[in-house]
Order: sequence, then C-alpha cells, then structure tokens
Amino acid sequence: MTIHIKAYLASTALIALLATTPAHAEVTLSFLVDNSPDTVAAAEALVEAYQQKAPDVTIEIEQRPGGGEGDNIVKTRLATGEMSDVFLYNSGSLLQALKPQQTLADLTDVPAQAKVDQGFKSVVSADGKVYGVPFGTAMGGGILYNRAIYQELGLSVPKTWAEFMANNEKIKAAGKVAVAQTYRDTWTSQLFVLADYYNVQAAVPNFADDYTNNKAKYATTPAAMKGFDHLKEAHDAGLFNEDFGAASYDDGLRMVATGEAAHYPMLTFAIGALKQNYPENLGDVGFFAQPGEDAAKNGLTVWMPPAIYIPAASEKIDEAKKFADFVGSVEGCKIMTDINTVQGPPLIDGCPLPADVPPAVTDMLPYFKTQGLTAPALEFVSPIKGPALEQITVEVGSGIRGPAEAAALYDEDVRKQAKQLGLSNW
Amino acid sequence: MAQTSPRSQKSPYPLWFFVPAAVIHGVFFLAPTVKSFWYSLTRWDLSTAEFIGLENFRQFFSEPFLVQGLVNTLIYAVTTSGLKTVCGLLLAVLLTGNIFARGFLRTVVFFPVLVSTIGIGITFTVMMHPTRGIINVALEALGIDGPGWLTNPSLALFSVALVDLWKGVGLATLIFIAGLAAISTDYYEAARIDGATRFQQFWRITLPLVRPATVTVVTLSLIGGLRSFDLIWAMTRGGPGFSSDVVASVIYKQYQAGFYGLSTAGNVILFALIVAIILPLTLWFNRREVSQ
Repeated sequence: MTIHIKAYLASTALIALLATTPAHAEVTLSFLVDNSPDTVAAAEALVEAYQQKAPDVTIEIEQRPGGGEGDNIVKTRLATGEMSDVFLYNSGSLLQALKPQQTLADLTDVPAQAKVDQGFKSVVSADGKVYGVPFGTAMGGGILYNRAIYQELGLSVPKTWAEFMANNEKIKAAGKVAVAQTYRDTWTSQLFVLADYYNVQAAVPNFADDYTNNKAKYATTPAAMKGFDHLKEAHDAGLFNEDFGAASYDDGLRMVATGEAAHYPMLTFAIGALKQNYPENLGDVGFFAQPGEDAAKNGLTVWMPPAIYIPAASEKIDEAKKFADFVGSVEGCKIMTDINTVQGPPLIDGCPLPADVPPAVTDMLPYFKTQGLTAPALEFVSPIKGPALEQITVEVGSGIRGPAEAAALYDEDVRKQAKQLGLSNW
Repeated sequence: MAQTSPRSQKSPYPLWFFVPAAVIHGVFFLAPTVKSFWYSLTRWDLSTAEFIGLENFRQFFSEPFLVQGLVNTLIYAVTTSGLKTVCGLLLAVLLTGNIFARGFLRTVVFFPVLVSTIGIGITFTVMMHPTRGIINVALEALGIDGPGWLTNPSLALFSVALVDLWKGVGLATLIFIAGLAAISTDYYEAARIDGATRFQQFWRITLPLVRPATVTVVTLSLIGGLRSFDLIWAMTRGGPGFSSDVVASVIYKQYQAGFYGLSTAGNVILFALIVAIILPLTLWFNRREVSQ
C-alpha cells in the first residue's frame, strides 16, 4: 500500500509539474480501519460515495488487525504522530485510554452531530467535547440462541438465570451442546461477565460511579460477582462443547447457527459474520438478553459501535472533518445499513432500519422500545476496563480459578488501569 | 606463553577507526538501554512520562501471574535447553556416523530451523487441537484418549516446549557436528586398540572433547529459552488463562494494554534475570575449561 501511495504521489507531482493551468486543490486523506470484512466493506462503500460527492478528495483505506494487536497499533501510531488523517476505533473506555483531550481533534461542531444519538455522544466525549461520529449501529450483548433447537425441544426464551439453566439441562439431555465457549479467541470468554451489566446496575444503580471512584469492587459487590459465578456454574454443569479450550469465535458461530449448540454468549455484531459465513442459517439464530435473578427486571446490556476520529496532529483536519460529517450523516448511515447487516438500532436520527432484518435483530428491538430496559455496558459508563479480564474469564470458564478469587484478581487489574489513566482517588 | 590482558596491549588500530562503530553502538544500543532504565521508573504513555520511583517494579512483582510467569520461564528454558543439548548431541553422533544418505538427513534435521516460527506455531496449534487435531485423531485410532495438548493448563507449556525442541534441535545438531568433526580420529583408534566399547568411546572421548560445542549449545539455547516469546504467543498466547505465560509474554501483554512504563520495567527485570543466570554459568564453564 505504501508503494501504491508513493506511486500515486509521484504521479500527481509529475502531473502538477507538467500541467500548464493550475488544477484545483487535490487532497489525499488516509483512513485506518480494522480488517474485519464488514468494516472494510462499509468503509469502501463510504469512501466511494464520498469521492463522488467530492471529486477532488482521494481517500486511501489502510487496514489493521482488531483486538489487542489493533489497540497496540492505534496507540503507538497516535503517540508517534504517525496516525492516518481519519481512523476508526472503539468508543467508551478504550477511547478514554487514548487520552482524546491531548491526541484527537474536537468534532463537537461537525454539523452531523445534531442528529447523532445523545447516548452515543456521551461515549465519545471527554471534558464536554465530542471527539467522534458513529460508524455503525448500536449492538446488544447477550445470548445468541438456535431457534430450531428451541422449537424442537419446546423451550421458551428464559427471563431468569434459573430458567436458562433449566433449558440448558434439557438441551444437554437431548445430546446437544448447551452453551458454546470458544477460548482460542480469549475475548469471547468475557460475555457472561460483561453482558450481565444491565442486571448489575438494576441491583446497584450507582455501581459505575462508585467503581470509577475506587469505592465499589467486583469482589465485594454480590450483584457484580454474579457474572463470574454464572460462568463457573455453567462450566461445572458440563454445558460447554468438548473443545471449548481450542475452539475459535468462528467455531462458536458455526455451532449456534447450524444447531450444534443451542446458546452462544456474544455481541450482536456477530450477525454480520453470521450473514457472511452461514447465510442459510441466519433465520435460525435468535437473541435474548443475559438473564438475571428477577424476571420482572429483565433488560439488555447495550454496546456502542466504534467511531471515526481525527488525530489532532493531522495536517488535513478540515478536509477530514468534512469526511467525518459525511459518515455521521443520514446518507452515510444508510450506506452502512445497506452494505452490512444491521446489528441493532441506528444511532442517527432519521436513519431508518431496513425492512428485512434477521430475527436476532428483531429480538432486540422490544428492549429499545421501552424506557429503562436497556443500559450501556460498563465500559461505556466508566473509563476503566481491566485488560486482563479475558484471561481471567478463560480461567473461570475452564475451572482453573474460582469466581471469588477471579473477581479479586480483576479488581487488581482494574486498579492498574485506573492508575495508568491517572484517575484521582486511586 | 603468558597471556597479556587486552588493556595493556596497544591497539594496532588508530582511534578514528573505532568512531563509526562506537556511534552506531551508542545511538542504537547504548542510548535506548540507558533510556529504558529511566522509563522503567515512570508511568509512561509514550508522550508523557511521570516519575513514580520503583512503583512499576513493585507492581510487576505483585502481579499474581508474574510469579508464575517467572517460574514458567525457568521451566521452559531448562526443559528446552536440556532437551536440545541431549537430542542434538545424539543426532550429531548419528549424523556423523557412516550412514545412508547422510547429507540429506542432516538437511532434514536442520530444515525446521529455517521455517518461520509463527508458521510452525499455527501449524502445530491445528495439529494439537483436542478433538480434530491430527495428533489426537491418530492416538484415537490406536485406542488412546489424547490429552488437550494446548488446552490443559498443566500441559500447555510442555507441548510448546516440545515444538520448540523440534524447531531448534537442528541448530544444536549442527554445532555438535562441527564439534565432533574437530575431534581427532587418533583417539578413537587408540581406544579401539585398547578394547574400549562404543559406549566407553562416547563417554570417555566424545563427551569430554565435544565440550566447547556443548557450552555453546547450552548457553545459546538457555538464552533463547529465557527470552522465548514468538512460539508461545503463536500457540497459546500465554493461556489457557495465564498457565503458559512467560516473562516475555507478560511484558508484551502489559505493552499491549498501554502500560508502557510497566512493560519497560518488565524488560529490565528480564534483562537482570538473563544476566543473573548466564553470567555465573559462563564463568563456571570457563573456569572448568581453564582448569582442565
């Protein structure tokens, strides 16, 4: 790609030299995205549409890996001033770890912000300034389930953990894998803990603030411990696939889509990958929020999509802002929902949900219709997320470490992150 | 002849001759090393560094997985180094013997050394899959229930060590072949005339005289084992959980999480650990060599 850019620059320089009449100002913007197929497809469609609107702008897409490796690249490139003019990165706590006040350009006055959901703006803001525009729709964190198995065994969607475990026993008795776990991709092990946050905040409304201020701990808050307890309980009941230690994220999707497994705790962004890899099974996959203690308090933990950011060090902030404005517009939102499977409700006012959404998305919508049935995940309401959680949850899910000890270990990890962020009270 | 110390001997080269090398060494090796000692005492986010004294070292040693990482590092280094030395020597004896297709067999043993470590890691990860991997499928055909090579927390580190042995034994063999070739055949002839068995020849002649090669192999493979990272990362990422974490993978994870000062402190600790093990070992080897 570098060679490509160089060749391009060389040729434009040559043309500029040869041209007798001065051409209008051409701009080339670089745009860094993660390499998941869905992201790349959406980025390419947006760039193509934008270049038609603004013919004097060329946007070069660069790709990077996702996960921890991607965090590494983004942080290093930002710190060394090598960041692309526009880049895609997570919102919430991961954004806070980039220290946006110092490293990013303020996008509060980008016109598209007027129609962006307030909840989203709050997860890309620091000190009252907005630093990003949304790239994609909201997502839910909970449990993907195989509807065919549910129909076959006459099960109903569980509203409490006890109902969920009762379903699991029946599924196991029928000779199927009750819960798919995929620890080759360690991040997938965190869902039981992270997606339980709706239940945590329903029981302890000020947990996020107290947790951020070093007052509430996982290990000493029974409601917050539940996620760890449940993971352990599911492991001890023998509900997992035999190769859970070596299975990958894609194995998990295959299992829940094709009916090898009944449940796969996951974020609904998986719907995109499901549509790509198992299109004929997409109609068999449904979704429900992680069940808690009380059926009357059943609700959904919501994840916000990544956002488009502009580094403060960019030399083309004004041009980059125009592109960001396009991405955050209703038009940009429509381009993304047309290209990709919708993973949840759009975050731009006036951007409609397409008519033919898969069941896993329709299953989510009731939670959004009633006030108070959704809550943002902890990583969006607190800047602190410990980086070692995925290893710790692998340990709990594999039966290596008990839940109490694991929660205490995670509290230590959180302390480390809070200190690195330089938060007061730690 | 009495040995003169290098200091007392006048260098045959003029001073300017050393300058280019000294500049390169200073800029690329000395300055970063000194700077890393400074950054290990700070909370650093690549743009600003706040001095926090020995806090990073305190944090690093209070990491519950670090203690395990240290122990794992030692286990891994000793296991791979020991196995490479023993297997390398035996293979070298075999491959210097009068056997069929010797050159070809030597090449085959050396071949894994040339293959990318990441490629080997990914290949073996697939082969070691608990239910679908070729190793356990083959064992199952023999009626043996194969273990979870990389998913069993008490086995994962040793599985990786075995792959490391397969990958690295070729280099050890090569060094031993060179060492064996340097032993004069006169010794063996004399031993045969005296009626020594093959085993006695190996024990009394080969083993003592191949000593310089042994020292090289042990030192190199021990250093390699202590700082080993790529194979472990490609195969287990330190998992399941933290059970195959070594110091280098702990450091990498801290770096990945953005704890730059902390990971630099980890590198300083790793540096100290390697020095603490290799320095006395080298002194010990050298002293024995002199006394012989």
